Amino acid sequence: MADIAVPRRRSWTGWRFVGPFMAVFALVFLAPIVYSIYLSLFKNRLIGGNSFVGLDNYQQALTDPNFWSSVGRVSIFLVVQVPIMLFIALLVALAIDSGRLYGKSFFRISIFLPYAVPAVVATLMWGFIYGTQFGLVGNINDAFNITLPDPLSPSLILTSIGNIVTWEFVGYNMLIFYSALRTIPTTLYESAEIDGAGELRIIRSIKLPAIRGALVIATIFSIIGSFQLFNEPSILQNVAPNAITTYFTPNLYAYSLSFSGQQYNYSATVAIVMGVITMVIAYVVQLRGTKES
Amino acid sequence: MTTFTRRRLLGLAALATATTLTLAACGGGDDDSSSGTSGTTVSDADVTAALQKGGNLTVWAWEPTLKQVVANFQKTYPNVKINLVNAGTGNDQYTALQNAFAAGSGIPDVAQIEYYALPQFALGKSITDLNQMGASSLKADFSPGPWASVQSGSGTFGLPMDSGPMAMFYNKDVFDKYKITVPTTWTEFLDAARKLHAADPKAYIANDTGDAGFVTSLIWQAGGKPYQVDGTNVTINLNDAGSQEFVKVWQALISEKLLAPISSWSDQWYQGLGNGSIATLNTGAWMPANFTSGAPAGSGKWRVAALPQWTAGGTASAENGGSSLAIPEKSSNKALAYGFLKYANDGDGVQTRVDNGAFPATVKQLDSAAFLNTEFKYFGGQKANEIFAASSKNVTPGWSYLPFQVYANSIFNDSVGKAYVSSTPLADGLKAWQDQSAAYGKEQGFTVK
Repeated sequence: MADIAVPRRRSWTGWRFVGPFMAVFALVFLAPIVYSIYLSLFKNRLIGGNSFVGLDNYQQALTDPNFWSSVGRVSIFLVVQVPIMLFIALLVALAIDSGRLYGKSFFRISIFLPYAVPAVVATLMWGFIYGTQFGLVGNINDAFNITLPDPLSPSLILTSIGNIVTWEFVGYNMLIFYSALRTIPTTLYESAEIDGAGELRIIRSIKLPAIRGALVIATIFSIIGSFQLFNEPSILQNVAPNAITTYFTPNLYAYSLSFSGQQYNYSATVAIVMGVITMVIAYVVQLRGTKES
Repeated sequence: MTTFTRRRLLGLAALATATTLTLAACGGGDDDSSSGTSGTTVSDADVTAALQKGGNLTVWAWEPTLKQVVANFQKTYPNVKINLVNAGTGNDQYTALQNAFAAGSGIPDVAQIEYYALPQFALGKSITDLNQMGASSLKADFSPGPWASVQSGSGTFGLPMDSGPMAMFYNKDVFDKYKITVPTTWTEFLDAARKLHAADPKAYIANDTGDAGFVTSLIWQAGGKPYQVDGTNVTINLNDAGSQEFVKVWQALISEKLLAPISSWSDQWYQGLGNGSIATLNTGAWMPANFTSGAPAGSGKWRVAALPQWTAGGTASAENGGSSLAIPEKSSNKALAYGFLKYANDGDGVQTRVDNGAFPATVKQLDSAAFLNTEFKYFGGQKANEIFAASSKNVTPGWSYLPFQVYANSIFNDSVGKAYVSSTPLADGLKAWQDQSAAYGKEQGFTVK
């Protein structure tokens, strides 16, 4: 009966396989989050130095009108821009997939091309186009002797940014939808045709249900993208400093807090709160998107 | 079941990482400013010895004329090797500098810091009090405005490199064409703005989309003292007499849409300076080199005049911009760094920089006949330095910036900017700016009134 007393040796073989991954994962993914949370519990002042403040920063963030106005702004952006962009992308993907388009690879590439242009370059370019003094808008005004509304004025700036983002990302989303459409077995189309279904019916009953997964993924990416809006407003700020505040989007706010105000702690708090909000919304969309199937 | 939760966790982690990763990279909030070496004194002999012994210096600066200074310096002191780095202009460089201070590594030995930003770095104890090295004895070498700008508390935190006494640059062709007299007061300036814009709807007297440095300089000229700083006690009042003077004129310019909605330093701005659609520019004496390089089309058309006055017949002026060289507290070779500072800002380097178009802060150069008689081709052969030098002497005394002016300026367009693009009155914008600056000050531990 002696061998019963021998303790079972724990096997480390599994850890040897996942160890390298876990180490990199902890270093690259977990450490920054933990560090941000750690930072968010302190407050570093010019006078008085660093001190532990518990959840004070969170309390401040939750009642900060600047923060909530930025969240409101990206929410409007999300509700308006994302559906428009995804709808256009879907339309283009269906058109290219229908096989009735002449020169379809040309359209596919040219619509995807804006995605290959770095966001910074794209925004600079659009900044020139929007210029009312010497930009394209200004040229049009001169040529036709009219006065177009200024796309860089405070009331239109969000729309102008939405236009840039749509231009940039329609191609990307189109490609996701298009590749999902290509995976549908052609036998389904054949049997639909035999049953006498028209093109619209095929789209409604075969294509859309089949790419539901891709739609959900694209929506989630777009939600995250909207909440993280940064490049476009940050660059346009140079040409429209009074229309784009330092708290125009949550990311821009976090950036200004840490880089101009040296409020690293509060900035970390804002980033964490925003991360949680993004997570919750993306999760709800995923839950709803997959449940109905 | 377990795999599902774990997967969900990974998802959560990935999402959260996306937002926090960039932030953590620039964090590093540990405060260890106490480890400075304040108290040690460096004598002139130490500096001379350090220059002979040599070593490496890293200098962060964007001032273009420093390049030649560094080359000459290395010829004079062959043992010293200087690495001149352009870490960005103005705010970009301060961001890099603040990050280096927060991280405690990668800190340069010498850094260019504008006057308005100097108090913030001095207060954070991240730069060295040069009085330890005998800087106070150099007072007489510099003109009073810039010298006052490098003082903070009882210390001297940088040596003045250049200065920006203000003047009015104007496009003479435009004024001649529409037979408008060159304004000598701000009231005349407003009249000229109306006449010009009525004569040519595409032409504006000036461009302005809200510039904190410009607004504070004009309030300064008007005799306003909105910022009073006494140690950690700060008073902000952007509704004093000087500020009100400024608001009166500028509100009219904004309401009547007499200012071109073009931001300074943009491509549109340079075009406007060249093609006559921007008729004046009220700024610091460091501007000429930028005219020549940025708006060559305007050569020969522009002239310089004294800054318009708030009271007729006055001579008041103010500074706009200008910067110093400072030594970070964590510099590894302060004696050598100070040797370079003296060479570049008080010694032979000054003449080199003046020859290359910089506007000095040293009395010797400002008063020299050669400097005053320089004819500027861009300004039709005008001896512009005479006007700048006079402006330099007439800077209204007693001005000070906030110890957190870098931040205050960064939120200027959030508050005052509204007045430029909506019906918000300028005075309300200034009040909002005051309140937001005060709130930041309080949060940073200052006593703000």
